[in-house]
Amino acid sequence: MLSAVRTRLARQGTSYLYLLPAFAVLLAFHFLPLLYAFYVSLFNWRIRQGPFLGLQNYADILTDPDFWDSLKVTFYFAAGVIPTTLVLSFLIAYALFRVTRGRAVYRLVYFLPYVTATVAVALVWRWIFHAQYGVLNWMLGFAGLPPQQWLLEPRGVVELALGAAGVAVPEWAAGPSLALVSIIIFTVWHGLGFAIVVMLAGLSNIPSELYDAAKVDGAGEWSLLRHVTIPMMSPTLFFVSVVSTIGAFQSFNSIYVMTDPAHGGPLGTTRNATMYIFLNFFEFTKLGYASAAAFILFLIIMGLTLFQMRVLGPRVHYQ
Amino acid sequence: MATQPAAPSRPTLRITPRRVLVHVLLSAGALLMLFPFYWMVSTSFKSLEEASQFPPTLWPSHWLPQNYVEAWNNAPFGRYLVNTLFVAVAQTISVIITGALAAYAFARMEFPGKNAIFLAFLGTMMIPLEVILVPNFIILKQLGWYNSYFALIVPWSANVFSIFLLRQFFLSIPRELYDAAEMDGCSRFGFLWRIALPMSKPALVTVSLLVFLGAWNSLLWPLIVTGSEDMRVLQVGLSAFQSDARVQYHLWMAAATFTLLPVVGLYLFAQRYFIESVAGSGVKG
Repeated sequence: MLSAVRTRLARQGTSYLYLLPAFAVLLAFHFLPLLYAFYVSLFNWRIRQGPFLGLQNYADILTDPDFWDSLKVTFYFAAGVIPTTLVLSFLIAYALFRVTRGRAVYRLVYFLPYVTATVAVALVWRWIFHAQYGVLNWMLGFAGLPPQQWLLEPRGVVELALGAAGVAVPEWAAGPSLALVSIIIFTVWHGLGFAIVVMLAGLSNIPSELYDAAKVDGAGEWSLLRHVTIPMMSPTLFFVSVVSTIGAFQSFNSIYVMTDPAHGGPLGTTRNATMYIFLNFFEFTKLGYASAAAFILFLIIMGLTLFQMRVLGPRVHYQ
Repeated sequence: MATQPAAPSRPTLRITPRRVLVHVLLSAGALLMLFPFYWMVSTSFKSLEEASQFPPTLWPSHWLPQNYVEAWNNAPFGRYLVNTLFVAVAQTISVIITGALAAYAFARMEFPGKNAIFLAFLGTMMIPLEVILVPNFIILKQLGWYNSYFALIVPWSANVFSIFLLRQFFLSIPRELYDAAEMDGCSRFGFLWRIALPMSKPALVTVSLLVFLGAWNSLLWPLIVTGSEDMRVLQVGLSAFQSDARVQYHLWMAAATFTLLPVVGLYLFAQRYFIESVAGSGVKG
């Protein structure tokens, strides 16, 4: 009896040994740093730990117009990337799911950008967007449109579009800069394949009996899409939107390569929150300040994720 | 009742205007996806003069393969490549080791606090990279690991998503198999090593590909924890090369091409695994 208990305890004890390597890494480089980040954020921490500031860093950040601008850039970026990716990838996956010939080839091609390193392909797109020699401006010429400054353009896209029609736009309605929209276009191109592949998998998981039953009831193609495909795809759409939101909020590589990082792009219009944190840390060596900004961003991302779970979660239809 | 002759089971593919339209749109989209790669390769063979011509030439008038030699020699790209490969492979192997052990414990063992620990593990997925950047930088400096392979590998040698994925896979292995192996005197570790892992090849491939790609493509982390040229990985090296004051798009495109080549080659060779890994990560994860 006693020996049986002892064996069980010993077995339980060794169970923890299996967890130990992963636990040690996660504890040392993920959990504790989270707490340490908060500690650092309370100090005037340059290269070394300086005087205790309390919440002064937080107060400074919340009164820094650059920080608010970086949040605006982050939200514009997410608002540009996420809906575009969802709609395009759904349409393409829906079309791909229904073609029989060439599906594998299409899938291979559409997925290709996703496996390529952001730094390298962002550099390629910088070249495509080049204001002087870029192939895109050349193509615009065929459509009878004037060349654009693309990644060098600080003016908002709404301002540019309405300005061409002779309408003046107030500053708050200028929209994201064309430079940021260029990066959004790149990001959609780069991430689309991921969303398409996930959506294709979602589509192929819908049992065909559901379609058959709906067809028996006389459902046309549009109502099949509306009443079978989209509801059955809601978990996938939800998953893709959560993953893209996290990705959009942490976007760094493309912005770092495509626009001048030290100045946050043209007039700071592509400096998102991640870049703001990076610059304060890396360029200005304000470690405490950067930590505080990262914490604020963390709270915002957490709030958004909870919001997505609360508001969108219940609308998701699970089988 | 007489049976009807069976309808032809093979669907006849008629060419309808609608089908044609779908294919035209899909092909146009595919061309848009591919065009940047074409533009990269075609520029990489042009001379600087030709690359900075407007309107541009779609096809190089003189092919200059020596651009690749010049780009390669512009920076120690060989060293960057070795660093990147080493870091990516080491990270992949260690993620699999730490992941398989932890996943096995979560899937097959009973111990106090199991659910709480599992939830805490999942919680680390919520922590954004930005938050742990500064503290990890300070910690690594204090450990004396700044600008070393340790700094590039160790913090990422365990990965919750991989633990989760492997755990799901281990859970699908029938309990009876485990009991039978135990009856035959197989130890718990023996079961993991000889039965569970070989049965989980699809999950291991998924984890390896995702971790390898993540390591290969990362920029922000290596940028911060390494300082010297000999510790640079490819992405850092490429971004340093392209921020050079001299504008030389033909060489940058050559460097971009050889940076992409290994992963694109691997993708074309094993595309099924890549696509299934990602599709699986979405649907089952």
